[in-house]
Amino acid sequence: MSFPRFQAAAWDEPLVLELGRPGRRAQLAPEVEDEVALPLADLLPAGVAREQAPALPELSEFEVQRHYLHLSQMTLGMMGVNLFGTCTMKYNARVNELIAARPELAEIHPGQPLQTLQGVLRIVHAFEQILCELSGMDRFVFQAGGGADAAYTHACVTRAYHAARGELEQRTEVITTIQTHPCNAATAAAAGFDVITLPLGPDGYPTLASLEAAVSDRTAALMVGNPDDMGIYNPEIKRWIELVHEAGGLAFYDNANFNGVMSRIRGRELGFDACMYMLHKTFGAPKGGGGPAVGAYGCSAELEPFLPRPLVTRDDATGSYGLETAAEAPQSIGKVREFWGNVPVVVKAYAWTRALGAEGIRDAADLSVLANNYMDTRLAQVRGVARSNPQVTQHRLEMTRWSLAQVLEETGVDVHDISNRMVDYGVDAPWLAHEPWLVPEPVTPEPGELWSKEDVDTWIDVLERVIEEAYADPDLVKTAPHSHPIAQVDASRVDAPSQWATTWRAAVRKGVVPGGPRGAAGAEAPA
Amino acid sequence: MTRTAHPYMANSAPALRQELLDAVGVSDPDALFEQIPADHRTRHAFQLPPALRSEAQLQRHLRTTLAANVSCEANLSFLGGGVWQHYVPAVCDEIAQRTEFVTSEWGTPASDLGRNQAWFEFASQLGELLQLDFAGLPVYSWGCAAGHAIRMAARISGRREVLVPATLDRERLAVIRSYCAPPQMADHIAIVEVATEPETDALRLADLEAKLSSRTAAVYVETPTGLGALEPNGAEIARLARAAGAETIAGVDPLSLGVIAPPGAWGADIAVGPTQPLGIHMNCGGGVGGFIATRDEERYARQYPTLQVSIAPTRVPGERGFAMTLFEQSSYGRREEGNDWTGNSVYLWAIVNAVYMSLLGPQGFADLGTTILRRSHDAARRIGALPGVEIRFPHFFKEFVVSFDGTGRTVAEVNAALLERGIFGGADLSADHPQLGQSALYCVTEVHAREDVERLVAALAEVTA
Repeated sequence: MSFPRFQAAAWDEPLVLELGRPGRRAQLAPEVEDEVALPLADLLPAGVAREQAPALPELSEFEVQRHYLHLSQMTLGMMGVNLFGTCTMKYNARVNELIAARPELAEIHPGQPLQTLQGVLRIVHAFEQILCELSGMDRFVFQAGGGADAAYTHACVTRAYHAARGELEQRTEVITTIQTHPCNAATAAAAGFDVITLPLGPDGYPTLASLEAAVSDRTAALMVGNPDDMGIYNPEIKRWIELVHEAGGLAFYDNANFNGVMSRIRGRELGFDACMYMLHKTFGAPKGGGGPAVGAYGCSAELEPFLPRPLVTRDDATGSYGLETAAEAPQSIGKVREFWGNVPVVVKAYAWTRALGAEGIRDAADLSVLANNYMDTRLAQVRGVARSNPQVTQHRLEMTRWSLAQVLEETGVDVHDISNRMVDYGVDAPWLAHEPWLVPEPVTPEPGELWSKEDVDTWIDVLERVIEEAYADPDLVKTAPHSHPIAQVDASRVDAPSQWATTWRAAVRKGVVPGGPRGAAGAEAPA
Repeated sequence: MTRTAHPYMANSAPALRQELLDAVGVSDPDALFEQIPADHRTRHAFQLPPALRSEAQLQRHLRTTLAANVSCEANLSFLGGGVWQHYVPAVCDEIAQRTEFVTSEWGTPASDLGRNQAWFEFASQLGELLQLDFAGLPVYSWGCAAGHAIRMAARISGRREVLVPATLDRERLAVIRSYCAPPQMADHIAIVEVATEPETDALRLADLEAKLSSRTAAVYVETPTGLGALEPNGAEIARLARAAGAETIAGVDPLSLGVIAPPGAWGADIAVGPTQPLGIHMNCGGGVGGFIATRDEERYARQYPTLQVSIAPTRVPGERGFAMTLFEQSSYGRREEGNDWTGNSVYLWAIVNAVYMSLLGPQGFADLGTTILRRSHDAARRIGALPGVEIRFPHFFKEFVVSFDGTGRTVAEVNAALLERGIFGGADLSADHPQLGQSALYCVTEVHAREDVERLVAALAEVTA
């Protein structure tokens, strides 16, 4: 085993509000000609002018550039090894970033005449066809600004579907499972539904009996992921969908964990009425620390009338592309977000599917599941590491959840400590688990198809080494990190009103800036 | 797998794949999918377009396909209405492309330090512009921010009605309608329109007073409005709302705040608005994002649906780090019991927004606002001087309503003729706002030079003659 020697960049970088000197400039506005340069008093109605300038920093252009380059260097991202589970971390092809930055995409307006948008419409339309192929659904829409927003879209479509049948007052409940992503429960509730959450059964997924007990004429929809974040596939899902359909509800497939089953199953063939893909993760567009994102929402022809608009259309006679607006779709839910969606993310996802093709997509699924099973064989031998739901002995899909409860019990070192220590080796923290934690001290790595066997080995070696450290020198782990620009953050008080500060002005006013303000613009900030 | 490896997949080289298969002890990856019952597996023969495995082929395909678009750099554009053409400084583009940020995940407060600091600087600088001291990470769009803010106000007040201007942008209103739920739902929030003044687009105070009641959770008011007009009575609106026990939610364009009074100064309780003007390309409308900010009071802080970054101490005295605050009230923390929901949003762009605000600084915002006011007012004055053409609202920031009623031409006709001349005319308002007749919303910003305005005016003179 060899361990990466790692030392993160440590710039001791002040906040941008503490930098600069009065009078410096980083951008100048174009000036207007003298005869147009009317005084503001002639251009603004009385009483609306700003009186006190905002306390923003005053820097030269290079100083701003250097500051944010320093901050980027103090962000690990995927510069080391990052097997962040539930997110299907992929290579984010640089060529896609360069294409998206071209003015033919970056500098177009959604309100342009359609004949000037034929290139982007063609790509969105072609990508919709690709997702229809992969899922078996009949239509896709890209308006949702993330996976959670696609779940919300489904909750809105569910309202409209039942309203059209005169059953909305009656159908007040959405059923989900405890291992389905929290956004499903949350968006159903935000759309006004009561949420029923099914617990896990003895086989690692909820029992059919628990679903039967929950389904009724109040059921509006089932919102469920499969496989779950433990890599366990619910083999009864077709029966689940039948039960929900028999009761008059809709079945929504949260395909967040699509990577392992790409091209092996199609949601529509299982009976699902609608589904969601995360284009910013599963389809090769970057996560960006949390967006810009797209939750691609697909559905059956029966639900198409309720989709948010616009939808992209193609005139087969002329080969030209257009948009169908809400005005042409009286049953449409309208909008969940302005315009058509994060179009550059759609273009990047399209580019990813074109780079791989059908065979490449199947290879990606195979390699993801293969790499995870390789991890399984090695992790099973690491001291203190236990596979979740050990009674499920079959091979897991693209990720497996592990428990480090034994390590905590025997050393007092918990998974947060382990995460903090792993980053000392340039391996970014693993995903643990969504709330609530059913598996104690959870860790959920996902190697995907991107990372090499050597990277996966490094990750496992580092985990093993950190666990050895936990047994030999627990304080070393509990006080980690030691190779980063800052020590372990003490978040114990940030939920106290007197201590939290989400802005510099609040932090200065409350006196909670560790070490005190360092001067410059921000010191004059409080108002 | 006899072909060459795929560049995106390290283990796709045949021998390396075999190494993994051997280590796992299976001869075919299919054996690893044993959990999936046979009758779940598809027999579909996937019909996908052929693979473009080489980057050169892929780049050519994307580039030539997108070449069918006509950009707002190629044509002269006056489109706005929710996404606007502003100059994006080169440093914004550089930072937006930094692979550390582009690929960042959810590490530890130390391994994410730079990104978390950039997020804190986003909220901090926005707070300075708005004169408000609590802000969350951005949501999907301005409309989504307004929707969440209305739901925050409903939770705070226990009331279920929101007053909005009758001329509210229809795109934004459609999003707000989704967030307010249909009347059949128990948590429905009724949207009540307040009349606006036909001469200024300002909220009609008498109508506001008449509609404010013990049912009113919030008054939603914008400046500039969806039709570009500046609202002169913000403080009075906030006073009336407060007297009725309602929150005031202000929708503002952050780019205007170097010259226009910030919502925190005139008494707004919650501010929302777009983040796209702060250094994000239009991206065919995919550039939108939204912010939510308030005073730093528990009453508001505990209703945020977003994630928030707080400055925080570390184990080392005097050392700074950052941590999520009030995470437990989010949907990540409490599933359906959390405030609305959150998830991936436009967080990379929050970093770019921070860069943009740092680049402009206080004088940059003042100068830019001044240039936009001057340029747009000059354009409006010249356009309004054309026979039969009228500017509807005299006080505006960067967008203004042009009525073509007196020319006998429809906006569709005018815009079609402008397009022949390489110009994207203002957005057609005739369907969304029929009371304005044949009117268009023109957007003029710092990207427009004097010759652009002259070219537009000359073209309009021709096509309306």
